[in-house]
Amino acid sequence: MGNVLVWIIWVVAAFACVSTGIAVISFTNPFYSALALIGNLASLAVLFLLASAEFVAAAQILVYAGAVMVMFLFVIAYLGGRADAPWAGGPRWLQLGAFVVGAAILIEVIVALATKASGGLSSDAEISRSFGSPAEIGKLFLTDHLLAFEITSIVLLVAAVGGVVLGMKTLAEDEA
Amino acid sequence: MLGPSTTWYVAVAGVLFGIGTTGVILRRSPLIVLLSLEIMLNASNLALVGFSRHFASVDGQIFAISVMAVAAAEVCVGLGLIVAFTRRNMALDVDTLTELRG
Repeated sequence: MGNVLVWIIWVVAAFACVSTGIAVISFTNPFYSALALIGNLASLAVLFLLASAEFVAAAQILVYAGAVMVMFLFVIAYLGGRADAPWAGGPRWLQLGAFVVGAAILIEVIVALATKASGGLSSDAEISRSFGSPAEIGKLFLTDHLLAFEITSIVLLVAAVGGVVLGMKTLAEDEA
Repeated sequence: MLGPSTTWYVAVAGVLFGIGTTGVILRRSPLIVLLSLEIMLNASNLALVGFSRHFASVDGQIFAISVMAVAAAEVCVGLGLIVAFTRRNMALDVDTLTELRG
C-alpha cells in the first residue's frame, strides 16, 4: 500500500518536473519562465525526498526557490517585462538543431540505460534510516569532505565580490 | 525499498537535461539561457541523488549540495553580467552580443 502511494507521488512529481521544464523554455515572458522554474525546483525537491535525500531537498527549497529565484525575479522586474520572441529569433536551422541536440542527449541517456544498466540498476543497496539526514551530511562535510566545504565557501565569496564589481558604477559611465 | 528504481530517476534526469540543452540553444534572451542552465544543473543533481541512494553512499548527496553552491555563484555572476549589459545599453540578445569577437 505504501509502495503504491510512493509511486503515485513520484509519477506526479516527475510529470510536474518535465512539464514545468518545457514551460520554462517555451514561455515568451521571462517572468513566467522564472515562475515555472520555481515549480520545477519544488517538484524536484519532492523527488529528492522520495530518494531519501532529506537535507538536499531542504537545501533545494531554501537555496533555489528561496534565494536564487528571488534574485532572478528581482532582476527580471528591474529589466522590465521585455518579452523576446522565442521561436522567431535566429535562423531556422538553429531552432531545428536545438531540438535535434536535445533529442540526441535524451536518446543517449536511454541507450546507456538500456544497454549498460538494465539489470544492475533495478536492485538497490540497503540504506539505513539515517541515510541523507542533516546529521550524517554535516558530519561528512566536516570530516571526509572538508576541503570541498572550504573551497565552496571561497567560491561563494568570490562570486559575491564579482557580483558587486559587475554592479558597480564605472568611471566610463560617470563621464558619459 | 519503496518507490521507483534508480533507472527511473536517471531517465527523468536525462529528459530534464535534454529540455535544458534545448532551451540554452534555442532561446535568445540571456535570462532564459540562465534559467535553462539551472534546469541542466538540477538534472545532474537528480542523477547524483538517484545514484547516491543506489549505492547507499552519501557522497553523491554531498556532491549535489556542492553543485547547488556553484549554481548559486553562477547565477550571482550571470545576473550581474545581465544587469551590466543593460546599464551599458547593450541589447539583451545572445546573437547581437558580439563585441568580444576578434
